[in-house]
Amino acid sequence: MSAAELITPHATGIAGEQAALAHRCLYYMSLMREVEDRIERKLYRQGKIIGGVYVGRGQEAIPVGTSLLAEPEDVMLPSHRDMAVFFVRGVPPSRIFAQYMGRVGGLTRGRDGNMHMGDMNLRIVSIISAMAACVPVAAGAALALKYQGTRGVAFCYFGDGATSRGDWHEGLNLASVLKLPVVFICNNNQYAYSTPVSKQMACRDVADRGPAYGIPSEIVDGNDVLAVHEAGRRAVAHARAGEGPYLLECKTFRMTGHSAHDAADYVPKDLWDQWRKLDPITRLETRMIENGWTTQAECEAAHARILREVDEAVEWAEKSPYPDAVTLLDDVYEQS
Amino acid sequence: MPTTYLEAIREGLWEEMERDPNVFLIGEDIGVYGGAFKVTAGFLEKFGERRVVDTPISESAIVGASIGAGLMGLRPVAEMQFSDFITCGFDQIVNFAAKCRYRWNAAVPIVVRAPSGGGIHGGPYHSQNPEMWFVRTPGLKVVAPATAYDAKGLIKSAIRDNDPVLFFEHKGLYRRIKEDLPQEDYTVPLGKAKVVRAGSDLSIITYGAMVWVALDAAEQLAAEGVDCEVLDLRTLAPLDRDAVCETARKTSKVLLLHEDTQTGGLAGELAATLTERVWEYLDGPIVRVTAPDTPVPFSPPLEEAFLPNAEKVVAKARWLHRY
Repeated sequence: MSAAELITPHATGIAGEQAALAHRCLYYMSLMREVEDRIERKLYRQGKIIGGVYVGRGQEAIPVGTSLLAEPEDVMLPSHRDMAVFFVRGVPPSRIFAQYMGRVGGLTRGRDGNMHMGDMNLRIVSIISAMAACVPVAAGAALALKYQGTRGVAFCYFGDGATSRGDWHEGLNLASVLKLPVVFICNNNQYAYSTPVSKQMACRDVADRGPAYGIPSEIVDGNDVLAVHEAGRRAVAHARAGEGPYLLECKTFRMTGHSAHDAADYVPKDLWDQWRKLDPITRLETRMIENGWTTQAECEAAHARILREVDEAVEWAEKSPYPDAVTLLDDVYEQS
Repeated sequence: MPTTYLEAIREGLWEEMERDPNVFLIGEDIGVYGGAFKVTAGFLEKFGERRVVDTPISESAIVGASIGAGLMGLRPVAEMQFSDFITCGFDQIVNFAAKCRYRWNAAVPIVVRAPSGGGIHGGPYHSQNPEMWFVRTPGLKVVAPATAYDAKGLIKSAIRDNDPVLFFEHKGLYRRIKEDLPQEDYTVPLGKAKVVRAGSDLSIITYGAMVWVALDAAEQLAAEGVDCEVLDLRTLAPLDRDAVCETARKTSKVLLLHEDTQTGGLAGELAATLTERVWEYLDGPIVRVTAPDTPVPFSPPLEEAFLPNAEKVVAKARWLHRY
């Protein structure tokens, strides 16, 4: 039984539903935080991670609040800072650790590293390293959902920096012209590597860009998971009803460098201080305790369970073998 | 009644759309207008807007959306209005479509059709042969038919294939060549070259519109007593290296011919393969006839000088034969 299933909300009725949702959000956000911390702050420093590490610390509310809205037929296109999307879709942390370690147990069997992974059986399209390349792909996945006569929606995730690329604009325009069911979810975390939003675009908000394509756009507090979930519900309902795409800009902050090797000295200290107070996990826990949905002791117990789950996952990944070099030439094309 | 190269592609698309409801077309001006070259004229009326998708001018989005739909189990056939504009969708093709299966075991069963080639006074932006950008990208299949029969058989194979296929159709052949095609359904396998003229003295290895130049040259050379074999590669990736080596072993002299420019053209790769595999069978140097390393010029005297033709092939073949 997973830690999420072990959690029993106290209240019943509508308040109970809210409490249950909050518990699920807390579990997935905490799991993402713990897995990423383990990768970035422990395994990477121990030399057990191959290559780069890109985390979404401080942004967990965005993948969690939105992907919990997805139906099985929906298609997910997470960015590299949306690890929780994989958990919500049923990918266990063990396979993500194996992915980061270049092992056969990773989603790409050692063919690619870090968050560059996907699994069409779970309807997760792999991250494409070129920013915003996922946007036209999301439009195409949505086209297929519509073509196949479903009510499915494509969830397309990206950061503020991606909105400068041509693919982003081509993809939004195409999705809107063809009225495709896509929810575009921007994590505006204020920095693309070292470049602040002010040097990324001359408009104030990413949401300013949606109306240019006839796409309804909304800004939400990206560090409030229940607010993200609520806004996401509007966005998904719009797309699922056949009204076309919707753009959701989630304001947040990247509480880390671009990657594990980036100390992010270019970020003013007071910004860190401001956003640390808005940590989405702390905020949710506080709110849940205030509402009587949980207790401090229960939170601590839940966290202990997550630590055990993560320990076991790391152990599994370390036992997963490296790929055999004889497989080097396999799967360039379909094997006949 | 004989079928043109253009009509053959059109029939192949039509029949595949009738056969498989997952096949659909996407591109610029392909629906109402029927495509810049009218390959898809009448498709909108027959198959409707759901399966004939007119798009904004967005090559990257056309290819990207095709990949997204392909990942979901559909079989999109995307049209680039001219192969010259495929550069705008380059990243989607080489960085995503080509690598999906290898990276994360995901099939991308898409076809990107791209009218290519010169000889129509199209100038630098409407005449290029960009196949080698894709031939050198592992994970892509690249097709360049020379005949109406192969064009129809190969577009069908490309659509049924579970990997991304780039289909370079030569604009200069669209209405220039025709032949009687079988009534029944047939396909031409990807990855298989074909000897289109058997001979014993010298091999000309080529593809696309240059197959006709090679055949023309072979006729002229035959009158001089030089018996040429012509190998039409048909598929450029994966390359039928066995067929390339076989013809070289048979004739011991090889002339490589392509319309693409020289440096980084397929001839270099073919020459290296021949040197590695059949060096001891060769009785002369491997020679190339290709376009020079310039953009494709516009004005007729310049374009004529740029393009390989039978005269250039005959001259080089004579020299090789005497060697």
